[in-house]
Amino acid sequence: MSAVATSPTHSQPDSDNFLIYSKGFLSWALTLDHKRIGLMYLVAVMASFFVAGILALVLRTELLTPTEWFLTPQQYNQVFTLHGAIMVFLFVIPSVPAALGNFLVPVMLGAKDVAFPRLNLSSFYLWVGGAIFFLTALLYTGLDTGWTFYTPYSTTTRGPVVAATMGVFILGFSSIFTGLNFIVTINTMRPPGMTWFKMPLFLWATYATSIIQVLATPVLGITMLLLAAENILHIGIFDPKYNGDPVTYQHFFWFYSHPAVYIMILPGMGVISELMSVHSHKSIFGYRFIAYSSIAIALFSFLVWGHHMFTSGMANVASLIFSALTFCVSIPSAIKVFNWLATMYKGTVQLNTPMCYALTFIFLFTIGGLTGLWLGALSTDRPLHDTYFVVSHFHYVMVGGSLVGFLGGIFHWWPKMTGRMFNDLWGRVSCLFVLIGFNLTFLPQFVLGSRGMPRRYAHYVPEFQELHQLSTFGSYVLGAGLFIALGVLIHSLMRGKQAPPNPWGGATLEWQCSSPPPFYNFSHPPTVNEPYNYLPLQYHGEELGWEYVHPSHTAAPSIHPAPTKS
Amino acid sequence: MLPIDLPMLLADKHATFWFPPAASTFAKDVDWLYMVILYISIFFFVLVVAAMVLFAIKYRRRPGYVGDSRPLHNNALEITWTVIPSLIVCWIFVEGVNGYMDMMTPPVDTIDINVTARQWDWSFQYPNGAISDQLHIPNNRAILLNMRSEDVLHAFYVPAFRAKSDVVPGRVTTMWFQPILEGEFDLFCAEYCGDLHSDMIKRHGVVVHDQAGYDAWLADAAKPPVNAVAHGFWLYQRMGCKSCHSTVEGTRIVGPSFAKSYDQTLRTAKGADVKFDQQYIRQSILEPQAEVREGYQNASQMPSFQGKLNEDQLSALTAFLVAMKDDAFIQAVADGDLSQADKESLGLTDAAGADAAGADAASDTGKSAEEPLEKPADEVPTEPASESSESPPAPKT
Repeated sequence: MSAVATSPTHSQPDSDNFLIYSKGFLSWALTLDHKRIGLMYLVAVMASFFVAGILALVLRTELLTPTEWFLTPQQYNQVFTLHGAIMVFLFVIPSVPAALGNFLVPVMLGAKDVAFPRLNLSSFYLWVGGAIFFLTALLYTGLDTGWTFYTPYSTTTRGPVVAATMGVFILGFSSIFTGLNFIVTINTMRPPGMTWFKMPLFLWATYATSIIQVLATPVLGITMLLLAAENILHIGIFDPKYNGDPVTYQHFFWFYSHPAVYIMILPGMGVISELMSVHSHKSIFGYRFIAYSSIAIALFSFLVWGHHMFTSGMANVASLIFSALTFCVSIPSAIKVFNWLATMYKGTVQLNTPMCYALTFIFLFTIGGLTGLWLGALSTDRPLHDTYFVVSHFHYVMVGGSLVGFLGGIFHWWPKMTGRMFNDLWGRVSCLFVLIGFNLTFLPQFVLGSRGMPRRYAHYVPEFQELHQLSTFGSYVLGAGLFIALGVLIHSLMRGKQAPPNPWGGATLEWQCSSPPPFYNFSHPPTVNEPYNYLPLQYHGEELGWEYVHPSHTAAPSIHPAPTKS
Repeated sequence: MLPIDLPMLLADKHATFWFPPAASTFAKDVDWLYMVILYISIFFFVLVVAAMVLFAIKYRRRPGYVGDSRPLHNNALEITWTVIPSLIVCWIFVEGVNGYMDMMTPPVDTIDINVTARQWDWSFQYPNGAISDQLHIPNNRAILLNMRSEDVLHAFYVPAFRAKSDVVPGRVTTMWFQPILEGEFDLFCAEYCGDLHSDMIKRHGVVVHDQAGYDAWLADAAKPPVNAVAHGFWLYQRMGCKSCHSTVEGTRIVGPSFAKSYDQTLRTAKGADVKFDQQYIRQSILEPQAEVREGYQNASQMPSFQGKLNEDQLSALTAFLVAMKDDAFIQAVADGDLSQADKESLGLTDAAGADAAGADAASDTGKSAEEPLEKPADEVPTEPASESSESPPAPKT
């Protein structure tokens, strides 16, 4: 083991801080620094989330009554389309990979930047361009096809379907560029000593996500082009009027959009793996099982798209195969949950804000995963398909999983990104509101679903009103929790205490550069150590945080039986 | 578990906390599997949360406690929590497939009913040619639905039957079920289909009769009125017109109202003037996009009824639209129905000869009710259908 005792905190001048080393609008707008691009992504996806979240509250408020209140059915349809489309394409898909991933991947890896910094910046501007294009199209005449663009409604409605699909097409390029960049970065830019099995699990998850982004997103692009061609040229592939078949569209669409579900959840899982280990001050349990399960999920994710179509009139044999494969993908997810729990065992658990969000993630993701069993089983899926049961299931995974993982990650790496600490008490209060509000919103929706309430209904039969009201009140609590979280972050920016380089006691490389990091990340190639070995860490109090003391005379104990030569 | 208003639950004695009434043969198996998965899930959920809470308390950071940060590993444990969930999901998969194959395999002796879904209504065509906008079926008989869509995707969903299937334009999709409970059940469209998707709720859209009640209903439903205006209104109710066109003046649902339209001069979207005459009515039914009225170019497109209505039916609908210029008639159908009393006051009862036939038929109900009972249910449905649609004599306006 190299004996370079780096004490990075003091060796890097404050003026090298990536936030302030150059100033002015253009120094941000044209930056090639992955950390600045990551922060710009963070602001952009949070703004999208804010808009789509407000729309969700509008929808829930309209659903307080079974009949028309303040939205006509057409407006309701436009609002749920906007909510779904913004959440999926502008928030959840880019949230962890593009915002946190851009900031963290090179630093965690011990590299100075991503492999293609210009491609990285162009991916951000493609996102911005795509978002503007998409939103203009959606708002201009009110797209009302749902985020799924199912044919033949999307080929016959007079909405701006072609423009919206072009927006999605552009956003897809942004996603592909990010994925490609991460794959190349992780493959080629690992510093000496950073073997595959010394990589933090967040990087494994990001790598798995990037594979999906690069392989699946082109199919979305093709589907969107075919949809546009069907709309303009009537080529006769999706619209039965021209001898097309609408079910073909569903196959195309879900061939991307099911793997996309794992673009949304895998990075969240990566975040949780880091949070559980660091805040339990305990080496992760089953490192290899978690790493391999990320790759297994990525590969299985390509084979299960048909479970969105069990009632579409697909052949029985196809349904059986898709059901079996769907159950296969549930196992790696279960393994991860058990490993995270076992990580806490005999550790030193610090229940601070990031850890509270991590535990909330496990609570909600477990429900989200288990409710998948009803939908994977063919006979129970038939009555539940396209009901609120499905709505609730995927919100448990997308919101309870991706969003809560994203929030946990933000709080965890906030001191690193901004150099500021936040108010931990109010952070935990926000988490409590999110946990209670979320369950109050979505648990009743499972019951609504099993009683037969179909999704995407502006009006409903009066028996369902009480459960809908309960759900709406829950959504207000959830909204309050998210506003508190936003307040905590804004307060931290303005009044937060200076953050030490390593406030939580993390052993991965990002905690070895200052908070915030200098624009070059590391002045020397960092000494790569085991990512979850906490023995060399020493605590110097709240002000100074933890310090990684490189053992200069004794070899660092190898924590994984893995061969280090690989 | 949840603060649910109990009186609402108990309003229907067949409904439970989790489920609507179990009104078909599928319900028992589906509900059973649902509950078993629920118990399995609760078990694992409690296990996960209990471990989480226990570890979070027992190993919390506190003065005087030093945790052990060294890695633990236990292959036996990893294998256990991989294999046990795998075996459980295998079992759930097999049970799911069993139930699914039952749902996909109709028995031989079914009553075949044709279903047409359109934005935003359903119509049902029975073996004897009767057409209705509610699904009427006998209890304890296997029902096979042959479903078609005229426009976009829909899904036929009766929660009480635990039965759902998409209706895909360009395909005939089939589904079957066997009711085991008499009563009225809600029918929902479960696949998003545009503006008024949520108004494709058919409150009590499925009526399960006993066999005699079904036969009586069927015999009666197979007789459309002979009078052209009444026949036109009868078709208006059953062919999906009413979901988009109101009979109340100035009320726009999706398309324009029919009231007071006849003889008016209208402006089309292209800026031309067109007279709302018989030719315009015929063209608008068969080629709805040809002369769209101004202000409706952005409304959802009406499907063409070419090949779905024959000449007699077109004539009857035309007669109905002509009658819609008359205040008394508009008044009479304002409640959505044309009662016998309305018909008499407006002189729309069937003509003397036909009247006698009608009276005959009324006294005959018992006899004709027996008829379908004897008829094999799976008889080709088109033959009586064409017969009945041609049966009304020429309109005698």
